[in-house]
Amino acid sequence: MPMPYYVSPEQMMQDKAEYAKKGIAKGRSIIAIEYVNGILLVAENPSASLYKISEIYDSIAFAGAGKYSEFENLRKAGIRHADLKGFMYSREDVTARSLANGYSQSLGTIFSQEQKPLEVEILVVQVGHNGHANEMYRISFDGSIIDERTFAVIGGKSEAIQTLLKEKDLTQPPELREALSLCVASLEQIGSQKLSPETLEVAVLDRTREGRRFRRLSPADTTPLLAP
Amino acid sequence: MKLPFLPNHDNPSFFDFLTAHHPALTPTGRSGFLSSQAAAEPMRGAGSMSVPQATTVLAIKYQQGVVIAGDRRATEGFQIAERRIEKVFKIDDYSAMAIAGAAGPCIEMAKLFQVELEHYEKIEGVQLSCEGKANKLGQMVKANLPMAYQGLVVMPLYVGYDLKRAEGRIFKYDLAGGRYEESDYHAIGSGGKDARNTMREHFLKGMAEPDALRLVLLALYNAADDDVGTGGPDLVRGIYPTAKIVNAGGITDVSEQQIRSIYDGLIVTRRSKEA
Repeated sequence: MPMPYYVSPEQMMQDKAEYAKKGIAKGRSIIAIEYVNGILLVAENPSASLYKISEIYDSIAFAGAGKYSEFENLRKAGIRHADLKGFMYSREDVTARSLANGYSQSLGTIFSQEQKPLEVEILVVQVGHNGHANEMYRISFDGSIIDERTFAVIGGKSEAIQTLLKEKDLTQPPELREALSLCVASLEQIGSQKLSPETLEVAVLDRTREGRRFRRLSPADTTPLLAP
Repeated sequence: MKLPFLPNHDNPSFFDFLTAHHPALTPTGRSGFLSSQAAAEPMRGAGSMSVPQATTVLAIKYQQGVVIAGDRRATEGFQIAERRIEKVFKIDDYSAMAIAGAAGPCIEMAKLFQVELEHYEKIEGVQLSCEGKANKLGQMVKANLPMAYQGLVVMPLYVGYDLKRAEGRIFKYDLAGGRYEESDYHAIGSGGKDARNTMREHFLKGMAEPDALRLVLLALYNAADDDVGTGGPDLVRGIYPTAKIVNAGGITDVSEQQIRSIYDGLIVTRRSKEA
């Protein structure tokens, strides 16, 4: 009987991580940033119908980078998790923290037990209202979860964009127009190409709205905001 | 692929998801328990349970959309169970539903239907068509059939604004999930027949919004006059029927003040006839 080659657990995990990182690095970046009325999400996305940013619940949004089929599956599971919880208990009991934990558990288990890890990086953000703070969770392919403040970046060149945003003074949340221009400028600088409103996917979680606070901004909405 | 620690399901229906994975949370979830009991004691089946019953609700089309309204009374036998119950529910931005029958399961179905439509919209990225929503509700009523045998009848009246056809639509249902579209107006519940009689006398195609609103409130008033289960305007406590308007601009609540002023007018007219 031929013996399988011995591969050390360290080596196996490292190979899987490298594989996943390679997949994610191919994808474009997504930025979530706090603005004065909530959280703004900006993604570079040439498709007008295949979304990377999505509504999960009243004040929770999702963004996924990497392999579309995989984060789409996670997105749908997140909506089920939230709707089930909201139906079973009440709408205010649905939290980003619980959802982020679910994602973390799921991704972590798949990373350690499956042959192929998921090539995704996801963001779960919740806009706070009635004096509560915003929450932003970045979850990696291996299930590691990072609680971000002020802004969060996922996707191919996330580290470069993070460094860029760290240099900005964001102690006071900017207006929507400023926040959007900052995100677009960062994406343009890192990608070294001009981005038109048609190639951007933009959405907000606006705490001034009642009920469902998620809203997509179409190119018609963003064009005037991006005009100098 | 299956995701551990997260709910997996393979279609965009929340109702199907609950039925498959959390049957105890569906309105019919109790039926397993109930039917085994009913099988053991067949005589204690239909109508033996005393639960609050919601009564008259109605809807009428006007030029730009639909008005839907309901009284505020729930009865339990010959007792009044609730004076301020709300029977007209906003389902999404372009539709509303009103309910008659066992109050608890009715409200539960309305809540489940709201989640169903929102869930579909979020998963698929588009809203269901007006027809699609009406059909989905029919399936939910059908699934409730075992409960109806136990006496827990849920009877919805559904109205929506069809954005493609640019018109308001009214759908009524039967216990078996049959779905029928009404062309002008409809009323269900214990005072439904009385309300329909009033609407038949006064209905005109292409009415203006204030006229349609006045007519539904008049129909409710007449139903309350003839049917013990239907609550009229309660002037002492200040409880008035509720109404919603669905049109191309979405769904709006008719303010209580507006309803009160229409009733004040109606009562003055009535009084002058009696004097």
